[in-house]
Amino acid sequence: MHLAVVHDLRDPAWHGRVTAAVVFIVLLAPAFYLTEFNPAILWGDTSLRALRQFLGSFFPPAASPEFLQLVLAATWKTVAIATVGTAVAIAIALPAALMATRILSISRIATGRMALLPAIVRTGIRWLLIFLRSIPEIVWAMIFVRAVGLGDTAGVMAIGITYGGMLGKVYIEILESAEQQSATVLLQNGAGRLQAFWYAALPVSLPELTSYTIYRWECAIRASVVMGFVGAGGLGQQMELSMKMLAGGEVLTMLLVFVALVWAADLVSAFLRRVLA
Amino acid sequence: MHSTPGAGAGTTACSGVRVTYAAGADALSDVTLTFAPGEQVAVIGPSGAGKTTLLATLACAMRPAAGSMQVLGIDPWTLPGAELHALRRRLFLAPQAPPLPPRQRVVHAVLAGCLPQWTIWRALRSLIYPRDAEIAREALARFHLEDKLFLRCDRLSGGERQRVALARLIASNADLLLLDEPVSSLDPALALNALEVLQDEASTRGATLVVSLHAVDLALARFSRLVGVKAGRVMFDLPRAEVTDQCLTELYGTELGASMQAPPDEPAAVLKLNRCT
Repeated sequence: MHLAVVHDLRDPAWHGRVTAAVVFIVLLAPAFYLTEFNPAILWGDTSLRALRQFLGSFFPPAASPEFLQLVLAATWKTVAIATVGTAVAIAIALPAALMATRILSISRIATGRMALLPAIVRTGIRWLLIFLRSIPEIVWAMIFVRAVGLGDTAGVMAIGITYGGMLGKVYIEILESAEQQSATVLLQNGAGRLQAFWYAALPVSLPELTSYTIYRWECAIRASVVMGFVGAGGLGQQMELSMKMLAGGEVLTMLLVFVALVWAADLVSAFLRRVLA
Repeated sequence: MHSTPGAGAGTTACSGVRVTYAAGADALSDVTLTFAPGEQVAVIGPSGAGKTTLLATLACAMRPAAGSMQVLGIDPWTLPGAELHALRRRLFLAPQAPPLPPRQRVVHAVLAGCLPQWTIWRALRSLIYPRDAEIAREALARFHLEDKLFLRCDRLSGGERQRVALARLIASNADLLLLDEPVSSLDPALALNALEVLQDEASTRGATLVVSLHAVDLALARFSRLVGVKAGRVMFDLPRAEVTDQCLTELYGTELGASMQAPPDEPAAVLKLNRCT
């Protein structure tokens, strides 16, 4: 009886899917054309020889005690830049997310819509976050190197600003995609916005927020290396020196340190997720 | 705030209230009900009748499209936002499926009932160290859950979670208690016991208690006034003695036969227990 209702067995979603696929390919093709992406040139004679020469100069990795000590100090500095930078980023992102997130809106409770003023504030904060993260950290670093001089402060500020924008955006999305009812119930019973955050929204989303923040901290370690090239302190600055002196072995040692750092960040993230799960 | 001390004072009423869904259909039409301070009323009716919407409307969590409202003697929709939220501090709306953050510990889930009375600083201090754990323990003890005080909410069964949400009500000091199917996940003995606790608490406080129930026998056993809701309208609003079988048959229509046959053990057992205890 119920089956008789559907006479037409053609999938009604089919046309939509075909259209989506066509649009995707149409958009992707010009990008391939534009970038002249062609992996085959890697295997060309000249490319291979150049690559072999460059990589060959990496061996053996530099391991003299003085150099290792230097790398250790630079590594420590890189981790410190990334950590303090991430802390600054959190200090920017968390208040911004609290102000902008829909789930902590009191005016939406009865009407489903935010009042005009909060909606404007929320949009303004989203624009601010877009601005902060749309300028790459390397550009911020170059700006700050001019403003505060060569060194770690420039790196910290560049990471803090760019990552503040990224964390803020993602915090908002995590909070809004998680279960919202817990926070809504508290707001409906007269709790304040911050109370609803600490007693409902935060415990609901804590593992996701933590895990994304740790991932950003890992990215910050890599970013602080890149920014070292423009003089913003840490391993990057050391690496740039080694590259200039064509000391491939030193570069390799530092690359190995990067791998170790990212691996360690992964361990920290896994550990925290286990604790918070 | 507008409240006078010691006040369950203030009538809660709606008159000619119409509430519409976002899609435009009416969830409630022309609902007129008055609840005196300290009164205890059960709302019954088939699934989808509008019981939940009615409670949410009384809790200022949904704004009527038409009609007038009075919550604890105050017309909520003439108030500016801040005062409306202050009014929400004096009511407690408990949804049917209690949303508790899975990783939150029971002690904080219960103490969340105190949030409307707490400043944000007191709320944060309680998260750092729950100095008011005794409040939570006493509230839980009313539902025989005091041993769960420091467990995480996701370690609880559905019925335990529902009672933790009710313990939050005990920790609050609201004057208007609006409970949507508060005992739906409890076995008959516990359901009866929990309802007794809630009613005792309401009469001690002099608070108005409006409870929606799907177990008609439980409503008849425990409440002296019953409101029957069907298809968004009030079908009857009668003292228990005047609720006839015919009222109930009209209320549940053809569903009554089915619902009476399907879970006959539940209401029957409740009544038996009622006699035994």
